[in-house]
Parts: sequence; structure tokens; C-alpha cells
Amino acid sequence: MGRVGAVAVIGSGIAGIQSALDLADGGFRVYLIDSKTTIGGRMAQLDKTFPTLDCAMCIVSPKLVEASRHPNIDLLLYSQVTSVSGTEGNFKLKLLKKARYVEEDKCTGCGLCVEKCPSKVADEYNAGLSMRKAIYLAFPQAVPRVMTIDAERCLFLTKGKCGVCKKVCTAGAVNYEQKDREIELDVGSIILATGFTPFDPLLLKQYRPTHPDVITSMQFERILSASGPTQGHVLRPSDGRAPKYVGFIQCIGSRNPHIGRSRCSSVCCMQATKEAIIAKEHDPNLDITIFNIDIRAFGKGFEEFYMRAQKEYGIRFISSRPPEVQMDSSGKIFVRYEDMKEGRIKNMPLDLVVLSVGLDPSPETKKLAQMLGLDLDEFGNVASLIDHPLETSAPGIHACGVVQGPKDIPDTVAQGSGAAAKASALLATERGTLVKEKIFPPERAVPEMPRIGVMVCHCGINIGSIVNVPSVIEYAKTLPNVVHAEEAIYACSRDNQEKIKILIQEKNLNRFIVASCTPRTHEQLFQNTLKEAALNPFLFEFANIREHCSWVHMNEKEKATVKAKDIVRMAAAKSSLLAPLTTSRVSVTQKALVIGGGIAGMTCALDIANNGFPVYLIEKEDMLGGLLRHVTGLEDGRKSSDIIAPLIRGVMSHPRIQVFTGTLLADLKGYVGNFEGILDTRGTKHEIKFGAAVIATGAKELVPSGYYNYGSKNIITQLQLENSLENGFEKVPGNVVMIQCAGARIPERPYCSRTCCVEAVKNAIRVKKQTKSSVYVLYRDMRTYGVWEKLYREASGLGVVFLRYSEENPPIVKDNIVTVHDLLIGDDIEIEADSIVLSCPMVAPESNAEMAKLFKIPLDRNGFFLEAHAKLRPVEFATSGVLLCGTAQAPKLIDEGIAQASGAAAKVCVLLSKEEMETDAMIAAVDEKLCIGCGTCIKICPFNAPQLIDVEVKAEEMVYLAKKSRINPAMCKGCGSCAASCPVGAISPRGFTSNQIKAVINAFGSIPVVRS
Amino acid sequence: MSAETAAKVNGWEPKIVAFCCNWCSYGGADSAGMGRFQQPPTARIIRVMCSGRIDPLHVFNAFLEGADAVLVTGCHIGDCHYVNGNDKTKIKYKFLESVVRELGIEKERLQLNWISASEGEKFANFIRDVTEQIKKLGPSPLKPEGVA
Repeated sequence: MGRVGAVAVIGSGIAGIQSALDLADGGFRVYLIDSKTTIGGRMAQLDKTFPTLDCAMCIVSPKLVEASRHPNIDLLLYSQVTSVSGTEGNFKLKLLKKARYVEEDKCTGCGLCVEKCPSKVADEYNAGLSMRKAIYLAFPQAVPRVMTIDAERCLFLTKGKCGVCKKVCTAGAVNYEQKDREIELDVGSIILATGFTPFDPLLLKQYRPTHPDVITSMQFERILSASGPTQGHVLRPSDGRAPKYVGFIQCIGSRNPHIGRSRCSSVCCMQATKEAIIAKEHDPNLDITIFNIDIRAFGKGFEEFYMRAQKEYGIRFISSRPPEVQMDSSGKIFVRYEDMKEGRIKNMPLDLVVLSVGLDPSPETKKLAQMLGLDLDEFGNVASLIDHPLETSAPGIHACGVVQGPKDIPDTVAQGSGAAAKASALLATERGTLVKEKIFPPERAVPEMPRIGVMVCHCGINIGSIVNVPSVIEYAKTLPNVVHAEEAIYACSRDNQEKIKILIQEKNLNRFIVASCTPRTHEQLFQNTLKEAALNPFLFEFANIREHCSWVHMNEKEKATVKAKDIVRMAAAKSSLLAPLTTSRVSVTQKALVIGGGIAGMTCALDIANNGFPVYLIEKEDMLGGLLRHVTGLEDGRKSSDIIAPLIRGVMSHPRIQVFTGTLLADLKGYVGNFEGILDTRGTKHEIKFGAAVIATGAKELVPSGYYNYGSKNIITQLQLENSLENGFEKVPGNVVMIQCAGARIPERPYCSRTCCVEAVKNAIRVKKQTKSSVYVLYRDMRTYGVWEKLYREASGLGVVFLRYSEENPPIVKDNIVTVHDLLIGDDIEIEADSIVLSCPMVAPESNAEMAKLFKIPLDRNGFFLEAHAKLRPVEFATSGVLLCGTAQAPKLIDEGIAQASGAAAKVCVLLSKEEMETDAMIAAVDEKLCIGCGTCIKICPFNAPQLIDVEVKAEEMVYLAKKSRINPAMCKGCGSCAASCPVGAISPRGFTSNQIKAVINAFGSIPVVRS
Repeated sequence: MSAETAAKVNGWEPKIVAFCCNWCSYGGADSAGMGRFQQPPTARIIRVMCSGRIDPLHVFNAFLEGADAVLVTGCHIGDCHYVNGNDKTKIKYKFLESVVRELGIEKERLQLNWISASEGEKFANFIRDVTEQIKKLGPSPLKPEGVA
């Protein structure tokens, strides 16, 4: 039986969405399944994201819209998987789709029913801090924008009374008769992305979780959000007043074996730091303390963020975890903690306590794991190996995101893409077999004379109750080139799309304006309608009279109507000048180049090759294996050769991978889909062509010259210790002293290198197991994050002594004596060391600078490559066709580098899966007659889209060559910066040409005089 | 009757042009709507893909068409959808400011603000603040004859 070119993705948080998008873009049919009413998962609940403080909703919302509109993604929401049968390549899933009691294809999401519904329920989206109605939209930006009736709370469904929602719904969408239904799916692979559920603090009664002013970090997140219960004002729940003293207690439901939660949840330290910073931004008078065991600021930019929290925002971090939240006789809450500096127990009264709750596996995970026959690890995550982080114990079933172990958003997104690469490799032969492509009628030619149609939307009562829609319609009819104007209750409803098509035909319209909501959510819908009506989609124009008018001028109806008329007039002025836009197609060289033959590069090359595309893999050293060759033992007790050897065999024997060792990329030209490079193998040059490139050039261990007497006898680095642990000690040391952060987290190198704590603890265990040596680890914060907390516990159990020092008082090494000021006992300790092991950070190789120049990609301030977006584009650059993975991006553990490598492979496969690439339509165009070849556009463009070419110019009797700018349509993103800088107005971005903008400004000017 | 007196007598309201970038400040204006952050109906938004697209000429055109104030808005520095379009805006804005000063226009009539797509309240407050400032100043001296 053949394989099925479709994939079921279970869980529609950011991990599942990323998998779905990469698979669907790569030519597979995707069923995106969730038990919730909307896609978006936990990320949609966050206010901002660390460490860049990006608004979570703003960055996730475009992904939600993209997933919901993708022709190859079917959303199956409010649905539960009830059974699974079959094997790799051929699974059969049964789902139960619950009744929403609202017809998905009729509901316009206007929200009138919500306003009128009398039944109130605690709102899950606001973590129970506010109420929602029984008929509801999970959150304002929910996708799909379809209401759901909470059957347990609906008065009609429970008692047969009410029925108000049905009465007010002008779209006729409410249907109390709707039934649950069964759905069957055939898929070739399954991706599990069921995420997490926040730890329920009711299990820790000593923290008084039922007190109104003791809230969880998820609740605080909602309080901070502008769309939350207090509109972003920091107010405590008990009395709605602004608190003064706020205390975060870390590790609630993490690092606590007594309640079966011994692992670290990885994200809470940064989440608390982020929430504290946002809270201080909202209310600078707040006094905020974060009580913690260690602050685990291990990711890219995290340590710097943690420093900013202290220095810029004055947030206090105290290394002591209060055992309980107490209440004094007046009912005021306080915590007891240990002040290490003074060495005594203190009380701190607090107005608001935030419990930083950990990430528990979601309840669905266990059920699904049983159904799918997957092993779980000791913490309830889907079990995986560090060299196969995305594979489960069942062939054909992959896992990504927090279901596989606690992690932050970028690691989740990288895994989401990575799981897509694994699934598509499995189904590579079926690529493109089940995808739909929408066929549109051929576009008709547009005559010079514009004939504009206008539809003004009431949006139920959202617009119509404020703006006088009929008068806007009459006004629109008087505007130049407008030949027809009419109203609609919901312009976006399905029947109105049909209406628009009929109008275009009957009235012979060649431009269309909808005056309703925002183009950011609805433009594509109407553009598609125009396409169906055989009109170029770019002949559509939006007039935003809801978000920008009726909703923000609710008490000034007349003035709102005047403004709505202005908005329509300005839209009509632009509409008259709109021209059909076309995209061009460029061919794609369906081959990839992977630079760097470490585990990341090799994994990436294998994944691309397994997806059916040829790969050039180049490595500057004479051997493959990268930094891992110098590591001998792995965190899980295996040898590193257990990982490297099969990878090397895999790439060397793969028919589609060509390996070049001792080779550098000497030169590069071209752009996405069409790169040309010159490889230099020890002086021999050859030319290669490829469509996409992956930077996997890795990092190296810092040579700690100048730190802790490095260079003297018996002072080594962790990598040197790795060697002794594998090949035997020259002389077995009696006392081993490891010094953490040797050359890291200091002013000249402020970042945390993420891996050194895990590395040190792992090696401490190995020393303990191999010898009778005493091992001391001198550390600042023990950052054994995620599941590796278990190594820290194991090391402590084996008698490894952990001594904590501060940045101000680093250990002093003199001859073989190490003196450390231990924070816990508050005194100096001297240790006679036979071996001093420095845990040094990974640093970026100097050669990164050249690579950055070659590809025109940026480096961060620590010399690592800077990804396109810290959260949602961890393996991409802003430059299309160039991807990134492994320690070239930042220090990371093996499984993280491997997941990223698969993620980068997924992106490459999406690009290479098509023989031709479509370029954007809204790109810049140069009028060569005007261009003076000054090259300003070249300097301005961040995407290297314009280039100067020699053009023959005929002027009177003369013919000469002149430089003229030409835009590469494959590289231009249409921002228009070049147009604003061109000294002669030769460049104009299509869709926002200078003439069009000028027309809009002119139309602004002819304002009708309002007398009041 | 001078423009300023007219303003006081007739309860005059300024007309403001706000250039917004598609990814951030236009979204901020949308969020103001979604959050129902009320604001005076004085601003007319002109959408561009990036604040870097805003040509100084557009700003002068808007003044010549009777705008009492022109707002240049975009993503926060570092958040630009096009890498660094807003950095370029910042530089061009300095130039614009100096020209506007040369022309003798009050500095309140040209303002720059970075507003993210989530900052609906900030957008609304910005429009309210600018409207108040311009009300005190009265109509723009560049306003053509016959335009309110």
C-alpha cells in the first residue's frame, strides 16, 4: 500500500502551526487538530515575549491567519482524536468534532450574540480573572473568527430558555440542533504538539493559592496585557488597587521531587524577569522581588536581559525560595526568606504574590501517548534521544514543542519546523499528491477608465450604529469614477462575496472598495473575491471605517460619519490609480549548500537529502564531526562517537550528498533559488549552483588565557577533561575543582554560554564514577535547565560539592590553592586542587565575519549569527534562501542543535520543493528614463534588491552606456525605502506609488467644511 | 476674523494626517479600535508598508493640502519588518524637522512616534495629545484659503 501525502498535526500552538505551515508550503496536505475552539495555543495568551519584549499577539497573529487561509491546511478544531490505527506511511485517525452550535461558514464573528448573551462563565483566556459569556470567541484575535456556545452554560441548551443569540444573529449562524460528528482521516505521518498546561498551584497549599492576591505567572501575564482583565494596569485582584510590593516565587511546580516534579521548567526565570520588567514599565513605583533558587538566564540575550532587569529597572533578585506564603494577624500576606548577605531569616510583606508555575505535560498528552503507543519519559514528556529529539518511540510519529520537554518559543518553533522535515522526508515520494491549488478565471484586461464599485459595511451594528452608512453611500456615489455604491450588513460574509462578483460583472466594474474593517485581517479575502471575478486582486482597496472610525469615535456619531466619508474619498482617490500587478516567476536550482560538517550541518544535510534534494556539504577541517569530536561523553551516558559515527556514515554514503572536507566557500553571487558559489578545496576551485544555503559553522571553546592562571600546570578546560575521561588520567587527581563562568557573564563577554553547567555536572558525575576524587563545582547560578536538572541532583547525590560565588567575588587561584567566598556559609573556603577545570563559554569563530559579508547576513554583538527574529524565525535570516542552525546561532546543547538543523532543513525543502518561485507583486520598479544611476537605492536597500547595470542610452546623435538601477524581483520585499530616498523619483513601489500616495494626500485636502 | 479667533469661536477641530506603517503603527491604530480606545476624530490615516517609504515630499504635500499636523509613525527601533526602515525614517525625520523649523511652522505640527501593533492605547493617547496641542495653536499657517 502506498504512503499518504498528508500529515495530522495534533495541537495547534506555535509548534503545531509551524509544522503545519512548513509541511503545507512543502506540498503536503495537513490536518491541524486541536481540542480548543481556536488555534494559537499558549503563546496567544502571553502579553510579551522575552528577551525582546515583542508583543506576543502581534507576532503570532499573522501565523494564525496564514494557517487558517492556507489552501493545504484543514483546521479541525474543537476536535478530539478518539482512535488511531495503521503504521508509518498509512495511519487512520478518528476524531470527534464537538458541536459549536454555531455554523462555521455562516458566523461572521461580529460579536452581537456575545453582547446579548445573559450567561457568564469564568474566562479561561484571562486565566479565570474575568468573565466571558456562554457564547464566546476565545480571544479577540481568535482564528477562526467563529463563535462557540459553551453547551454547559448556555441557558437554551441546558434549560430550553433564552435563545437570544439565535434571535440577534443576523447571519443566521446559531444552530441549537448541531450535533457532534465523527471525522476519519488518512495520513502518512503524525506530529504530536500538545504542549503543556500550567502547573496547578492548588497542589501546594502552603503558598495560599486561593488567596485573591496570590496569583500565577499566567494570571499576571493576563493582568499585564492590554487585552486582559485590567486593560494592562497592574492592579491586585482583591481590591482592584495598585500594589506596591510584588514578589515572584520561582519553581512552583518545578525542581520539587516531593510532588513528582523534579525537572526544571526552563522558561519561568525569564518569564518572571519579563513580567517584572513589563510591570515596572506600566508602573515605575512598583517594588519587585524575584525569589529564586538560581536564575536560569541561559538563552540568547537572556543574561543581558537579566542584567537589565536589575540595573535599569531595579528589580531585586533574592536567592532564597520562601517555603510558604504567610498571613499576619491583620490579614496581610508576607513571605519568610533567607538573606544570604546578612545570614539571617527575614520577613517581607507583599501586596501581590506571583507564583511562577512550571510547565506540566498537558492532560491530552498521556491519553494520546497511550493511543499512539509512545513512550513517555520519567517527567511525562514524550521520550526521545538527544540525537533524535523529534522522533518518538513509534515510527512515523514525531513530537515537537513542550510536549517533548520544557522549552521556550524559539526552540519550540525550531522543533516545529524540524518535525515537518522528518515527516516530509518519510513521505517525500508523495510530495504534491494531495495538495489543492485554487484555480481562478483568467484576468480580464483593465481599460484606462476606472469604474469603481463601493460596498459600505454595517458590520452588524459595529459600524452602522455609529456611522450613518446610507449617507456614506450617497456621498460615495458623488466621488469621481465611482459608478456604484451599496451597503452590506456584513461585507465579509460568504453571500456578499457572491454579490461583489455579480456587481463587478453586471456594472462592468474594474476597481472595488470595501469600507469596513482592517486590511490586516480581511484584505486577502476580498482580493480573492476579485480574483474569482476575473479581476486582478490588486485592484481592490480597503477603507477602514471600523477600527479607525466607528470603534474609536463611539460618542461622536456625526463626526465619525464625516470621517468615514473622508476615508472613503481617500480610498477612492487611490483606487482610481490602482493598476493590475503581476508576479514574475524565477527558476529554482533544486540543490542545497550546507556549510559546516558538525552534527548540525550533517543532520541538516541528511534531512534535506532524505527529502529528495541534492546537497553539497562542506567542512573546512579535514574531518567531519565539528566540536563534538572533542567531547567524549554525552549527557545520557552514551559516547559522543555513538552519535557522530552513524551521522558520518549517513552523509558519506548518501547518494544525494556530496561531501567536501578541507573546503571553504570562496565566493558567492546570486540570490534565493539561484546562488552560484566557488568552493576552494585546498587551492582547487570548483563552481557549484544551489537554491538555498545553510550556515552551520558552529562555535569553539574559549581559550581562557588570562583567567584563573590558565596555562599553569593542572589548569585545564572542560574539553581537556573530556579527553582525560575517555583516555585516562596521567595521574588521577585527588581534588578536582571546576570553576563555572570562566570568561563568561563578565563585562567583556556578558552572555551566558548555556551549556557549561550541564557539561560540568555531567563531567563531575563521570569523574565521580571513574575515580575516588573529590569534586567541587564553584558556580554563580546552576543552570542545569529542563530535564538536565536530574544530572545536578545525581551529582549532589554522588557527593559533588557545589559552592556558590558571586560576580564581585570570583574564586582566586594561587598555585594549586583555590579560595572561594561561598555565599551560603558567607565565608572563604580554601581548597587544595590537584586539577582545576575551567568551564569556558563557547565563542564565535572569527571567520563568521567573512561569512557574514559573503551572504550579507548580520552578526549579533557576541559575533554569533543573528537570526531573522528572536522568537518566531530562529533558523532564518531576513535574506531569503539563507538559513541557520546549531551553535553558529548561539551556544546550545546537542539535541537543540539537531532540532534546529532539522528545522533549517524544513525551510530549505520548502524552497526547493518548487521548480519555480513566485516573486512578490508589490515590489519596487525603476523608471530607467529618470534613473541617474547614483546608487542611492543600493545603499538604502537592506535586501540587496537593486543593482546597477550598464544600459545603452540614445541621446540625440549620441549613444552611450549609463548606469541604471534595476530591481531583482526575487529579492525586493516592497518596503519602499528606496523610493523615499531616490533623488529623482525614479523608483516607486507598486501598490504604494508616489502618484497613488500623492492622490490620497490630495483627497485628504478636499475636506468638506463642517460647521458646528 | 483671523484663523485663530475663528477656531475659538467655531469650536474648530484640527485635521491631522497620520502616516502609519502596515506592520506596527497601522496595527496600533487597529488595536485602538479593538480595545475601543476613544480618540478625537481628527486624524486621517495614510497607510504605507514601511515608515521608510514616507518621502519628505509627502509630509510637505500634506501640509499644503491643509493638514494642521502631520504624524510620522512606525515600528519601534529594532522591530522594523524590513530590518531598518525606521532607522532611515529617524534620519529623514531630523531633516524634516529642520525644514519645518525653517518654514516657521510650530514643532508640534510635525511629530514622530513609534507605536507597536499592540499599543492601541498609546495610539489613541497620541492622537488625543496632538489634537489638544494643535487646538491651542489653531489652524496651520500653510493651510490654503477656503479649507477648514
